[in-house]
Order: sequence, then C-alpha cells, then structure tokens
Amino acid sequence: MSNKKSIVDIATVNKIARLARLNIPESSKENLTNELNNILSFVAQLDEVETSNIEPLASVTGHKLPLRNDEVTDGNIEELILQNAPEKSSGFFVVPKVIE
Amino acid sequence: MSDLLKFDLLQASKAIKNKEFSSVELTNAYIEAIENTSSLGAYLEIVKDHALNMAKISDKNISDGVSRPLEGLPIGVKDMFCTKGIKTTASSKILDNFYPTYESTVTQNLWDDGAVMLGKLSCDEFAMGSSNETAAKGNVKNPWLLCKEVSPGGSSGGSAAAVASRSALAATGTDTGGSIRQPAAFCGITGLKPTYGRCSRWGIVAFSSSLDQAGPLTRTVGDAALMLNSMAGYDNKDSTSANLKMPNLMDYLDKGVKGKKIGIPKEYTQDGISDDIVKFYDTSISWLKDAGAEIIPVSLPHSKYALPVYYIIAPAEASSNLARYDGVRYGVRKEGKNLDDMYELTRGNGFGEEVKRRIMIGTYVLSSGYYDAYYLKAQKVRRLIKQDFDNVFEKVDFILTPSTPTTAFALGEKLDPLTMYLNDIFTVPASLAGLPGISLPVGLDKSGLPIGMQLIAKAFDEVGLISTAQVLEKSAGFNFIADGAAK
Amino acid sequence: MNNTEKLKAGQIEGETGLWEMVIGLEIHAQISSKSKLFSGASATFGAEANSNVSLVDAAMPGMLPVINEYCVEQAVKTGLALNAQINNISVFDRKNYFYADLPQGYQISQFTKPIVGEGEVIIDSDDGNQTTIGIERLHLEQDAGKSLHDQHPTKSYIDLNRTGVALMEIVSKPDIRSPQEAGYFVKKIRSILRYVGSCDGNMEEGSLRADCNVSVRKSGEEFGTRCEIKNLNSIRFINQAIQAEAERQVEILESGGKINQETRLFDTSTGETRSMRSKEDAHDYRYFPDPDLLPLEFEDSWVNSLKASLPELPDTLRERLVADYAITPYDAAVLVEEKDYVEFYEKAALGRDGKLTANWMISELFGALKKENLTLLDSPVSPENLGELVMLITNGTISGKIAKDIFVDMMISKKRPLEIVKEKGLEQVSDDNEILKLVENVIADNQDKVKEFLSGKDKLFGFFVGQVMKVSQGKANPGIVNKLLKEHLK
Repeated sequence: MSNKKSIVDIATVNKIARLARLNIPESSKENLTNELNNILSFVAQLDEVETSNIEPLASVTGHKLPLRNDEVTDGNIEELILQNAPEKSSGFFVVPKVIE
Repeated sequence: MSDLLKFDLLQASKAIKNKEFSSVELTNAYIEAIENTSSLGAYLEIVKDHALNMAKISDKNISDGVSRPLEGLPIGVKDMFCTKGIKTTASSKILDNFYPTYESTVTQNLWDDGAVMLGKLSCDEFAMGSSNETAAKGNVKNPWLLCKEVSPGGSSGGSAAAVASRSALAATGTDTGGSIRQPAAFCGITGLKPTYGRCSRWGIVAFSSSLDQAGPLTRTVGDAALMLNSMAGYDNKDSTSANLKMPNLMDYLDKGVKGKKIGIPKEYTQDGISDDIVKFYDTSISWLKDAGAEIIPVSLPHSKYALPVYYIIAPAEASSNLARYDGVRYGVRKEGKNLDDMYELTRGNGFGEEVKRRIMIGTYVLSSGYYDAYYLKAQKVRRLIKQDFDNVFEKVDFILTPSTPTTAFALGEKLDPLTMYLNDIFTVPASLAGLPGISLPVGLDKSGLPIGMQLIAKAFDEVGLISTAQVLEKSAGFNFIADGAAK
Repeated sequence: MNNTEKLKAGQIEGETGLWEMVIGLEIHAQISSKSKLFSGASATFGAEANSNVSLVDAAMPGMLPVINEYCVEQAVKTGLALNAQINNISVFDRKNYFYADLPQGYQISQFTKPIVGEGEVIIDSDDGNQTTIGIERLHLEQDAGKSLHDQHPTKSYIDLNRTGVALMEIVSKPDIRSPQEAGYFVKKIRSILRYVGSCDGNMEEGSLRADCNVSVRKSGEEFGTRCEIKNLNSIRFINQAIQAEAERQVEILESGGKINQETRLFDTSTGETRSMRSKEDAHDYRYFPDPDLLPLEFEDSWVNSLKASLPELPDTLRERLVADYAITPYDAAVLVEEKDYVEFYEKAALGRDGKLTANWMISELFGALKKENLTLLDSPVSPENLGELVMLITNGTISGKIAKDIFVDMMISKKRPLEIVKEKGLEQVSDDNEILKLVENVIADNQDKVKEFLSGKDKLFGFFVGQVMKVSQGKANPGIVNKLLKEHLK
C-alpha cells in the first residue's frame, strides 16, 4: 500500500464522484477531500500487518452456497414492481434518454 | 395507564396471557408514551390504527386460548426493515416516498408470533453512524440527561431511545459494526447482535452485506432472548442465512456461569477509555468470578486493526449496495437533462454527507489500482482478526469487554468523522468475525450516564451468551430509569 | 506483391504490405433454464414488459440473490463439452456500473475465479481443413434488461424482463484469423450448446450473441491494439463487422495513426463500426466478490456424473458416423449440425445403405423441408419411412427415379413408401422376359431410328431407353433395359 499512499486530490475526488454518480457541490469539495484523506491515512495503518501468506476472508459463515431448484416461483407482479416508480408508462419504467 | 409501562417484555407477555390487562390497553399506553416522549425524535412513523388492529387480533387470540410467543406485545421497528405498505426510508431523503410492497423476513417473523407494531424508528442514514445524527429528519435525543441533549448512539439510536424511554416495549435494530450494542450501552438497555447468519437479511435495507445483522434492543437480557427466538431462523431467500435451528432460548435462562471460562483481552484496556468504564470493567470481572466463572487473560493481537479493516470493507460494500438508489424504479428522483445527470442530482441531493463520504471511500478503495492495497488487504487482515478469536475461543467460552470507550457524548460534540468512527472500537471486532455479542447496562458514570459491558460468544452460541449475560445482569442489578422516560 | 497470389481469408492488402487479422470472440449464451440465475422469475422470451420481473430483479431495497442449480449444471456440462477445465471452487463478483437496464447498479458475474477454465474447440478452417481454437474461460453472469430509446424524443423506456436471465459467457483465445473462421467458431459453439441442451442458440431472439475483439498486424509482429464490437446477433453481421473493422484499422495504421482501444457498435445499415461514446469511463468496474453469495463449490463426483450424462458430441459423432455408415466426412459434418439430424439419420439408416440414406436425407429431404418451411421435427416423412424408401431402391423394387416421385407423395400423404408403391403399382419390372417384349416392340416401332443408330448415331441409345421406360410407365428396371437394348440393337 505504501507506494500508493493516497494523497487524494480534488481531481481524484471528481473522478470518484463521477464513478459513484454523486453530485458534489464545488463549495464542499475541498472539505470532502480533506476528510477523505484523513480517513485514508487512518486505514493505511494496515500496511504494518504482514499478510503475504494470508488468504482473504471470503465469508464468515462457514457454509457452502445453497442451490435453488429451477422453478418459476416469482414474477407476474408488474403492478407491484412499478408501484413506487417515479415515472412509468404502459408498463415500462421511464427515464431521461441516455446520450449514446 | 402509565403503570402498564413498568412491565418488561417477559412480564408483559405473562400478564397479557393471564389476562391481567389487554393488548389494546398496553398498546394504548405505549402510544401515549410515544406522544409524551416525542421530543426525543425517536419515531419517524407512528402507525396507531394499524397497531390497535393488531392488538385487537391479539386480544381475540388470547381469549380464544391460542396465543403466540409475542402475542399482543407492542414493539418498534428500525426504519431499515422494509414493512409492507408502511413507509420505509432508512432515515434518508432518497427514500422519503418509498412504500415497500413486501415485509422483511425478520419483522414478518415477529408479526407471525403475535407482536404489535407501533411504528418505524429513526436511525443514522442507511445505518451509517454512531450517534443518530445523520438521520434526514433530525437528531434523536438520548432520554438520559435530557437537558444535556446527549446522543443515544447509533446507528440504532431511535430504537435504543425508544426502549430506554419506555415508548416501545422492545425494538428491532441492525448491527454492522456495533449499531445495536453501542446505542444500547449509551441508553442503559440491552442490545444483542446475533451470529452472522442467525437472522435473515432479506428485506432489510443492505448497508454492508458481510456484516449486517438484525437483533433486538430490550430492557433485559431475558427480553432479548424472547425477541431473538422469534426474529431468528433460516431463510432460503438469503444465501448467507445459516441453516441451523436455534434452540428455544427460554429453556436456557438463568443457567449460571459455574465452570465457564471468561477471557479478558489485554488489548481492550488502553488509553482513551473513561475511568468509570475501566472501574466497571474490573467490577464486572469480579462479579463473574464470584458467580463461579474462571477469569483468563487472553490476547487478540490484531484488535487495533479492526477499525481500519471495517472502514475499508463496510464502505466498499455500501458503495455497491447503494448503487440501486438511482431514482429509476423507486425513491425521490431529481430530474436531469439526461440519465447520468439525473443519477448525479438524485443521489447528490438524496444522500446525506456521511453516506456520501462512505460511498466515496468505498468507491475509491475498490477502484482500479487500489483494490489490492485496500480491499484485498483488509480482507486478509480480517482473516487474522477472526483467527485471533478462534484461537482465544479454544481456551475460553466467552469474552468480556467494555461496550464503548466512553459514555454518551453530547449531540454535536463529535463533528469529525474519524473521531466518530473510534466509538466502534470495541464492537467492530466481533462484527468482523461474525460472532454474537451482547451489551447490557452495569452502572452509571459520574455524570449519571449508563455504562454497558459487552460479552462475545462463539459462533452460534447465543444460548451461552444469554446465560452468561444474565449472571452479569443479576450481579449489576441495574434498575435505573432514564429521566426522559415516559411515566 | 504477386498479383496472381490470392489473398487468404482474413488478409488485407495495404499500401505498406500485407495485414492479417487477429480475432477473439466473447459469446453470450442464455441458459435454457425456466427461471433466472438468481431469482425465481421466468426466463422466457417475449413476455409483456416487466411481467417476468421479481422484486430481486427490480433491485428493491433488501433483496438478495439465490443461485439456480440448473444454471450451474449447464455451465459445467458446457465446459466439459468444450474440453475445458472445471473449477470446483468459483466466486461470483460484482461488476459495478450505472445504466438504466441494470437495476442493482452492478452485474453479478465472475471475474477472477470463473466456473470453467481453459478448453478448446475444433472448427472448420478456410482452407477446408480443421483448426483448433482455444477457449480462455466460461463464466456465469446476469443478463441486463432492455432499453427502448426510440419511443420518445427525450425519454427511454425500460423493460426488466431480461434482467437477471442466466448467461454463460464463453471467451475464446485470440486464435481466430478471419471473419469466416469467426463464423465457423460461432456455428460450432452454437452446435455444442444445442447438443448439451444448455442454450437454444437462437440468435434472432437474442439467446446467443457475440462480441468480437478485432486487431490487425503484419505477419510475424506482435498483436496490435484491439477494439471490441458489441452485440452482434447473426453470423452474417459477425462476418461483415469484423471485415469492416479490420479494414478501418488498416486504413488508420497505414496513414500513420494509432488505434484507440475502445468499444464499438456495428451499424447494420451503413456496414461500418462506430464508437460507443458513453462507455469511456466504464472501464473501472471495481470488481469485488459479491458478499451476498458464498463461493460456489462442488465435488468431482458431481462433475463426473454430469460428464456421464452428456450426449455424444458433434466431433465424436462425426467420426463414428463415417466409421459406422461409410458416409463421407462432408455428409457427416452436415448431419451432426444438429442432434435431431443424427437421431433421424440413425433411425433411417438402421439396416439400410448408409451412404444412400445420407444422400436422400441431405439432398432430398432437407430441400423439401426447406421449401415447406418445416423443421426436421415436423417432417411428414418419418425416419423409418425414409429408410424404407432407401431399402426399396437398393433391393430393386423401385428405380431411383420412381423413388423421387414416391417421395413427393410421402411428403404430402405421410404414407409409407411400400403402401404407395402398392397403391400405384409402381413396382419396378425386373423380369427379363417382360422387358424383352417391350424392347422388341420399341425396336420394331422405330426402325428408322434403329437404322440411324446402327449407322453411327450412338447418342440415340438414350432415345430407345427413354421409349422403353415410357411404355413401361417408368417401371422397367433401367439396368436390365440397358442390357437388353445393347444385346438387341443390332
């Protein structure tokens, strides 16, 4: 981690905000950058821990992924699916167009 | 009517079944209590008519002689649980218009067992926080030292405040890094986080999937056992749900600790813990010793890395879990000139500062070039932390620690995110290892605020956890009531 | 360069020299399951918008995935059919990006540890031989929904029916060297999928689609920068798109430019590829293991039982048919295109002349079915009846020519050929004496032609044959006619 010591700058913050589709007002960008840097510096202490022979922890449960039978047990609930939609039309969700 | 508030869950359950009073009477008492304590801001939604309907059904069941384990008992539900037809917001602006068409498995279990729903309880937004100061609709106040305006803890601050103020007989919460145990400690009540996988996560707004667990907040350990009996259970709609039957916890109450070994981790007594808490930690150790337990010093060497591990993994998972809040299929949409614009405005406007911070951290630590250094590294250290516990549990049956480094702080006192994160220092390790933990009140500090102690048990040993906690509870004899409680 | 040397398929001649194509394919095959990969909603095609959608598919708050066992089985069986390594432990990862047809804001896929590893597939290559194309991996992932962009000037309409349908993504190694080879590869994969039964391979309905990675280089040089052409849903478009893209790249490189690694779409109306602008920053998918799912684990014994349940696959069948029925490799290749064809053929050829049966099936039956727009499964001619027809020819009961007429009747009436022969009295006349009578009559009636024939017009022999056949209503055994005419035209 040490050769990627995170000095997150505003440009990176912009990039991350874009990836996360978050609109961050200009006025809060500097503050946010500082806060993020503090947090990232805090978590950087994991550098101290020797983990070269350690496997990442996949799950704490200890059981295997359960498998489901191939049956149609769901669906046919268009009304419920669309019930909370901010905009819908003729059974479709409606969104502003993507620029493709 | 307010007399009815004095009964805890187990007592009220017996009394209702004995027809000493009706569920409708009890429910009305709680509805009145909610109104009397409304300045706490614990409730986001009160469903009076719905509650009374459920209470009437319970009364009929009781008179017909067919009563269920929680028949007629009024409880509050943290607003992270989807409740069918009843607004569920995760305390966020972005879901301020969301009415689920489905019920979470855990709450359905409670209704199936006869419980009555009083309403939805405030929490930190998307369960991210340790002080209930990030709820969209405003802070929740701790009913202790009301004039001082102290935090009830978080993220289940509303749940803890409601139980402590006697405006709910019991409440559901969720615990990801301490969000049940820490507010329970701050509010002088009992809070239990079961083993990961014990309760189903289906229908609970997901924050950090490998850590989230539902659990009860109650007045007593016995109450928590009764609640957990109903809440727990295998759910085939949740792939992480444990296919193990939990024994009826009621059969294991008051079994004592004779011959049990209690581990005291040396890493948990360090700078930053308040003197009063240290004192009560020592006292708690001697209580357990007097009750016949063997006290064994142990070491959890990687404890200090638990917080950094948590603050990589939880935000990472959250950044992905919260991607679905995009204004397309539900939630409050902000119109934009195109799809991406709509996403950015909807999410930028709908999420609060702490949520945005964590999404940013999470997105960053998963991003190209940083995944190995942060996320993968954190998962490796997480394995070491779990191994520490596995090693210790070969020597002992339970681990005792303080629940929090300090008692409740004033609202607005901890504005710096990092300082806020340090609250979870004692609760996070058990979360990372997926182990069950309980916090119960053992005394008051000099200023009159409650102090909680935490017991951690082996995976799926909720039986032992309850039993041991009861011994501590009995020894401590904590019978104080918050000054802000309903009377 | 020598003008008389023909360009090989996949080669492009430029100003600066000869370029060759390097192609890799990513095939997305929808698994033939009833329900979706992680939800219990129906996976069928063509339903009304948002009717095959569960709360899980719509990514409502608190929803969780549960994996479909059938889909796992199909992935393993397909992997075995690709001679690939099966990974007994694999992991599901989240691929995070934002799009309206992706409700979760991530696709559940497999990144670092897929269920199937390296394998290989044998395909026909352009020079008529066979070549081996390496398979990099096969993994399971969710399909996305559908967006309709042309219903409204400023709005898009979203249908989530397809969201969460199980896909197998089959990734080839960059071993393909021409658009034609890419087509053969897709055909072969499609065939294998249909044999295994894991996917119906219906490209029109979208159950099989291909993304093509195309780059160009001068022979012997390193691989060039590649571009990805997405969502090609017919072999014709695959051929066209690869050719167009390779030509585009050659043009850029020849003029001294550089290729930008990017994702492109094929415009079927212009025949050109164009850049997909919206995908520039979508490369950072932030893959991480899905915490709602545990690693997928299974035993060798289970894999072995699936292996035992596989049908004979095209390559093995091809060899066996040639060996058992003495048919040509070409005929065998046609027959193994579909499992149904082989089943039909083997029923028809049982105890019959294998080569003749193959001919009849390929030349006559397939042609007739195509004309009527029927599939083999709907054939009015049953395999047993076809076999009987072949037998009637080989045992001399009817001539090949009469057989064709009978076949037409069989297509309409569905009757047994034996029945038709009896009804219409079409038995071949093979009695020497009977035919001799006819031969003598024809010779007697056509003395002028006999004279011409004997004076050297050899071609008139056919006339006499024709005449005998005519008076016998086609039933005279042609072999005997020939023999007797030769004897008596003196």
